[in-house]
Amino acid sequence: MNELRTENILEVEDVMMAFGGLTALINLNFQVESGIIKAIIGPNGAGKTTLFNVITGTFPPTEGAIRFKSHLIQNLKAHEISRLGISRTFQTVELFTNMTVLENVMVGCHTRIKSAFIAEGLRLPQIKKKEAQMRDRAMEILKFIGLDDKYSESADSLPLGERKILEIGRALATEPELICLDEPAAGLNETETRAAADLIRRIKERGITVLLVEHDMKVVMDISDHIMVLNYGEKIAEGSPAEVQNDSRVIEAYLGSEEENHASD
Amino acid sequence: MLRIRTFPIVTFALFIILFPWVARIIPGIGHYPDLMIFAGIYCLMTIGLSLLMGYAGQISLGQAAFFGIGAYVSGILTATYGLNPWLGMVIGMIVAALVAVIVGVPSLKLHGHYLAMATLAFGIIVFIIFNEEVELTGGPDGMTGIPVLSLFGFAFDSLEKYYYLVWVFVFAAFIFTINLIQSRSGRALRAIHASQAASNAMGINVPRFKIMVFVYSAILAALAGSLYAHYLNFINPTTFDLFFSIKLLIMIALGGMHEIWGAIIGAFLVTFLSFEWLHFFEEFEVIVYGFILLVVTIFLPHGLVGIPHIIKDWLRR
Repeated sequence: MNELRTENILEVEDVMMAFGGLTALINLNFQVESGIIKAIIGPNGAGKTTLFNVITGTFPPTEGAIRFKSHLIQNLKAHEISRLGISRTFQTVELFTNMTVLENVMVGCHTRIKSAFIAEGLRLPQIKKKEAQMRDRAMEILKFIGLDDKYSESADSLPLGERKILEIGRALATEPELICLDEPAAGLNETETRAAADLIRRIKERGITVLLVEHDMKVVMDISDHIMVLNYGEKIAEGSPAEVQNDSRVIEAYLGSEEENHASD
Repeated sequence: MLRIRTFPIVTFALFIILFPWVARIIPGIGHYPDLMIFAGIYCLMTIGLSLLMGYAGQISLGQAAFFGIGAYVSGILTATYGLNPWLGMVIGMIVAALVAVIVGVPSLKLHGHYLAMATLAFGIIVFIIFNEEVELTGGPDGMTGIPVLSLFGFAFDSLEKYYYLVWVFVFAAFIFTINLIQSRSGRALRAIHASQAASNAMGINVPRFKIMVFVYSAILAALAGSLYAHYLNFINPTTFDLFFSIKLLIMIALGGMHEIWGAIIGAFLVTFLSFEWLHFFEEFEVIVYGFILLVVTIFLPHGLVGIPHIIKDWLRR
């Protein structure tokens, strides 16, 4: 696979992110090839979530450029970036808890199936058609992620594992080309983790590029094509899983947290 | 799935249709249809406001000003310039919408309760204009001679005719709003209420939806203002003061802001409280409202429409 010449879907150039005196990302440069699963790992506080926030437009980087396909996106708003085709999940699950499972995914269809305010108020025939279209689309996604039998349940009532899966489904509904998953396996038991890893693989098979932040090294090593390691906002290594595992700087950065990893297993 | 049942709506519609006849038979409530006209006018405002507060999570303290804009635009254009009342009504709604855009756009693009502050100031400014622009508005004395509404030669000149006219508007607004919250825009609003970060990630333009709802609430308030002006044929500034904006918030809080029925129930209750049941307290009325608001926020955070849920939970235990 890697021998094939592929295009970069995302290019991050000299990105710096400073919050007051704290620099969370320092001169970060990396590319994401189209169609792969790229993992970003690093100790807590390394800047992984900050990187996701910068890419998806939660806040613009202090310096640097981010190119998605042919667009420069570093100064776009989050909803504009979502429209272009980057979607995400959140480390702390951010579902719409006031809605059902199905409705959560339907909100994901927001930018792909549109309707006007006045037409909705008047419930014109086209609106009924569009609602049905959205429902079908959302059901398809629920089937893909395996939550179709729970479509009418409140999103709030799902166990954590399913909530995380639903969040991925909701992100898929925006029809992204790049999906950023922030710790999809955190807090999951072994079975749930395996299901999540399997789902991420199937997302890749659909041709969607995956950017993955994850602490579960087994998942990362199993499914990633490419890994980037961050430490204190800086890239310290990048390469295939095998390369990264044997990198002396990575081992050094992780040495302190190695025991911790065992303890939490 | 958010599905608003049709049965209660039909029942409510029947109640509204039959009420004037019932009121004639039962002694002591003969004047209630008159109060129901005011309740209907308030409903128009609380429907918009409940969408803004309960769904978009924003507070407006300027609804009385939009109510006043509707009333004064109608009043001035018809009484002073002899324009067709229906046209005046539409112009009033357009003016309110434009003003809402001007007030709403800068404050709704920011996070936090900037709209509450902006509308507070805006409400006070408009109130001063109503008082000071004597040539235009008649100043504190108000303006008279606002004509009766009529359609194709049919004049809404009796209480009962006007009652039905107002309630046709209320039901139109009610159903429009229900349709709205059950479709894409409504889901977007509920999404914004649950998580702004996730709404953004779903491609929802959050400020745009907040502005849209604010403008919609302003249009409904202006419509209510026009109906008010043409009903009383007389308006003066005191109707449109800050306390009235607060009273609308009390209606929403009392009824419950997360369900559209809360807006209706709240408007009804406060109308009857202020015109009928709280007369006894005279100027201490304000204190009673304060007390009601206190009790509701502490014991009934979801308003009166939340009571069935509380009972259900209680029975289950």
